[in-house]
Amino acid sequence: MSQPVQLPRWMDIGLLPLWNLAVALAVAGLVVLVIGQSPAQALTVLLNGALGSTRGLGYTLYYATTFIFTGLAVAVAFHGGLFNIGGEGQATVGGIGVGLTALWLSPHLPAPLMLPVLVLAAALFGMAWAAIPAYLQAWRGSHIVITTIMFNFLASSLNVYLLVNLLRPKGSMAVESSMFADSARMPALHELAARLGFELPSSPLNLSLVLALAACVFVWWFLWKSRAGYALRAVGSAPKAAHYAGIRPRMQVLVAMGLSGALAGMVGINEISGVQGKLTLDFVAGAGFTGIAVSLMGRNHPVGIVLASLLFGVLYQGGVEVSFEIPGFSREMVVTVQGLIVLFAGAMAMVSAPLFGRLYLLFKSKEAAHG
Amino acid sequence: MSEISSGTAVPSAVTPAVRLAGISKRFGAVQANRGVEFEIAPGTVHGLVGENGAGKSTLMAILYGYYQADAGHIEVQGQRVQIANSHQAIALGIGMVHQHFMLVDTLSCLDNVMLGAEPAFFLARAKREVRAKLEALMRDTGLHVHLDALVADLPVGELQRLEILKALYRGARILILDEPTAVLTPQETQQLFETLRRLRALGTTIILITHKLKEVMALCDAVTVMRAGQVIKTCDIRDTSPEDLAEAMVGRKVNLGRSGGAAEGRDERLSVNGLCLKSEQGVALLSDVSLSLRAGEIVGVAGVSGNGQSELLELLSGMRAPDAGRMSLGGASFEAARWLEPRGARALKLAHVPEDRHACGMVMSFPAWETAVLGYHDQAQYRCGPGGLTMNEGHMRAQTAEMMERFDVRPRNAELGSSKFSGGNQQKLVLAREIGQAPAVLLVGQPTRGVDIGAIEFIHGQLRALRDAGCAVLLVSSELDEILALADRVLVMNGGRITGELPIDQCDEKSLGLLMAAQAD
Repeated sequence: MSQPVQLPRWMDIGLLPLWNLAVALAVAGLVVLVIGQSPAQALTVLLNGALGSTRGLGYTLYYATTFIFTGLAVAVAFHGGLFNIGGEGQATVGGIGVGLTALWLSPHLPAPLMLPVLVLAAALFGMAWAAIPAYLQAWRGSHIVITTIMFNFLASSLNVYLLVNLLRPKGSMAVESSMFADSARMPALHELAARLGFELPSSPLNLSLVLALAACVFVWWFLWKSRAGYALRAVGSAPKAAHYAGIRPRMQVLVAMGLSGALAGMVGINEISGVQGKLTLDFVAGAGFTGIAVSLMGRNHPVGIVLASLLFGVLYQGGVEVSFEIPGFSREMVVTVQGLIVLFAGAMAMVSAPLFGRLYLLFKSKEAAHG
Repeated sequence: MSEISSGTAVPSAVTPAVRLAGISKRFGAVQANRGVEFEIAPGTVHGLVGENGAGKSTLMAILYGYYQADAGHIEVQGQRVQIANSHQAIALGIGMVHQHFMLVDTLSCLDNVMLGAEPAFFLARAKREVRAKLEALMRDTGLHVHLDALVADLPVGELQRLEILKALYRGARILILDEPTAVLTPQETQQLFETLRRLRALGTTIILITHKLKEVMALCDAVTVMRAGQVIKTCDIRDTSPEDLAEAMVGRKVNLGRSGGAAEGRDERLSVNGLCLKSEQGVALLSDVSLSLRAGEIVGVAGVSGNGQSELLELLSGMRAPDAGRMSLGGASFEAARWLEPRGARALKLAHVPEDRHACGMVMSFPAWETAVLGYHDQAQYRCGPGGLTMNEGHMRAQTAEMMERFDVRPRNAELGSSKFSGGNQQKLVLAREIGQAPAVLLVGQPTRGVDIGAIEFIHGQLRALRDAGCAVLLVSSELDEILALADRVLVMNGGRITGELPIDQCDEKSLGLLMAAQAD
C-alpha cells in the first residue's frame, strides 16, 4: 500500500518515454554486443538509413503513416474502455474494400471522384469488420479481446480466399489481383513534386500521410471537443456513471469500435491504393499489432501517436538498412531489437515511474530544505 | 499467539499502551500529519475524531505499518519500535478492524480467522486447534459468531464481531476500529459497545475512529480531536461535550439540529405502486413497494444498508427497470415493461444524487467542469458549432464556476480532476449539478457519507432550502441522525419491503431501530 507519487507533467510525458527508449536501446545494444557486432555501428547505420537521405526519410514517413492509422485505432477504442487487438484484421478488410471498389470503379471514375470513394470504402469496410466483435461484446457478452484476435485470422483467410478464388487474373500464378486503373492510385509525393517541377527520389510515401495527419486532428476533436467523444470517454472510464447520465453504454461500444475499425481500415489506402496499386496478400504485415505499442507509447493521444509512429518508422526503415548493410545482422535481429523497444517503451512504460517519483520527491525535499 | 484471557497482567498505569511522538507525514503537496502527539492509557477506549481529511486515517495507517512517518517515532508499551508493515504491527499486538471488512465471502468464519495464520500443516488439525482457541476466546469476550457459517450468509453485525475476533486471535491487545458503527442498526451498535466495554475490562486498549460524537461520549474514556493534520485537543471525556468536540473539529460553531417543518397537503409529484424486483439469481430484492412523494416534503427512507434502499433509488431514477409495478411522474406513467430511463427522468425534472458518487455520480478521470455537466451534457445550452456537435466548453466552464461559487466547492478550480477534490467537495459539486436544474423531484442517496461535518451542515441546509422551495425530496440514508434531522415523514425498509411509515414527530432512534431490525434474520 505505498502511495504512488504524482509525477509532474514534463516528467510524465517527456522524460519517462525518453528514459524508456534509452533503456531499450541499451539492452538492444547489449544483445548486439553478444552476437559480436558493434552497437555503435548498428545505431549509426540505422539512423543514417532512416533519416540520412531524402529517400530514407520518405520510407520512414511511409511506415509512420500506417502506424498513425493503427495507433489512432487502438487509442479511440481505448478511450471507450475497449482493447482492440483487431487492428490487423480491420486493416486487411479495409484494404479488401479498397481493392474491390478500385477494381470495380477505377476504369470508370476520374481520380478526384475515385479517391474519396476509396477512402470511404476503406473506412466502411474496416468499420463493418470491427462492428461484429463490438456487437458480440455489447449484446452477447463475448470478450472483445478474444473476438478481435479471432477476427484477425478470419480477415486474413478472407483475403486469401478472395485473391486465390475470385480476383486472381486467369492464368496468373501470383496471388494478387490485377492492377487498378491510374485513377485509383493515391498520388506519391515524388510524383507530385515532379509535377511542381522539383525532384524527389522515389519512395512509397504518398498523400495518405496528409490523410493520417487529418485523422489525428479529427480524433483529437472527436475525443476532447465533441459531445459524442464526451459520451465515449464517460463510458470508457466510468460505465456506471455513464449509465446514470443517460448514456447508453452498448451504443458507445459500437461507436468506439466502429471509429476504431474505420481508422484501421485506412491502412488499406496507404498500402493498397498508395503503394501496391493492386490487392495483395499480407499487406498489413503486423502494423495492426505495432499500433498497440504506438498507442501505448503515445499515451493514447494523437500528438504522442504521431511521435511514436515516427520512432517506429525509423526503426522499420533503419532496420531494413541495417540488415542490408551489416553482414551477419539478420532481419530477425532487427525484429528482436524492435521487440525490445516495444517491451520497454510500450508494455513496461510505467515500470520506471516509481523510481522517478522517488527521485522527484528527493529533489523536491532538498529544494525545500534549501529554500 | 498470546492469550488475552489471562487478564492478570495489569500494566503500570504510567506507561501508555501506545505513544506516537511528533509524527509528520506528507503526501505530495498535502501535509497529512504535522507533529502529531498522541498517547493512550492501557485498558481504555480512546476516541479519535476529526473531519474527513483531518489526518486520523493516515495516523492510524502509520501505526498499523501501512505508511512510514517522515518524522517522529512510535512507542508500544514503552518500547520504541519500527513498524515497517502490518505483519510487524500484528506481532506487536496491534489489530485493526477496517470499515470495509477484509473477509472472504466464500469461506466459513473459522477459515477466515485461520487464513494466513494456520497453526499446523494439515488443515484438519489446524482447524481443531483454531476452533478450540476461538471457542475459549468467544466465551471470555462474549463475541459470538457461528464458526461454520459462510461469511456471505451472515449479517453485518456478526461479520464485525468476526473481524474483532480475527484481530484478537492474532494476539491484538491494542485494537483500532475504523468507523465501526457505520453499517449497524442502533441495537447492533449497543451490542458492539457492550462487547467493547467487556474487552476494555479484560485489559484491551481500543482506539475508536469515528465521526459520531454521541458514540464518543457514550463509550470513550478520552478523546483526541484532529484538524488539518494536527491534534487540536486531547481530553478526558468528562471534560467535554458533543458541542465542544464539534467546534474543535470544525473550528467554529455548528448546528446540526432540526429546523423548519413541511408544508402540508401539496400535490403529488411521484408515486409508485407494487414495485417488485428480483436479482439475476431470483432473490427478491424489492417486494411490493409503494410510496408517494408530495411537493415540499422530505421523505426519509431508513434502514440498515442492503435492505433494498439502493435498488429503490435505481428504479425511481430509471437506472434499472422493475419486474412488476407502476410509476407516475410529472403527468407521465410507466409500466414495468416500458420503464423510465435516466434520460427521460431528467426530462421530467427528476434529479438524482446517487449513493455511490465515485462510481456513479462523477467520472473521476474527468476535470471538474466535465463532471459538472454529466447527465446534462446534451442540453441545448451546452452545444455549439455546426449541428451542435461540439461541446460548448466556455459555457460549461462558466456554469461550473457558478456552481462552485454557490455551493462553496473548494478549491474553486474547474480544471482540477474530479478525483482530486475531497469527499465533501465532490458531493457538493454533484449536489450543485442536480439542484442547479431546479428539479421537481430530487432523489438523494447517502448525501453525507464520507463527508466532513462542516459540509454536512451545508448540505442539509441546501436540502431544506430545496424542500422549502417546493421540491419533493426522497432521502435514503443509513444515518438515523440525518433522517431525524431532515425528514418530514419516515419510511423504514427491511428485507426489500417497506415495513413501517411514521410521521417525524413519532420517530426516535428506538422506534425506528426496532422497525429496521424486525425479522432481520
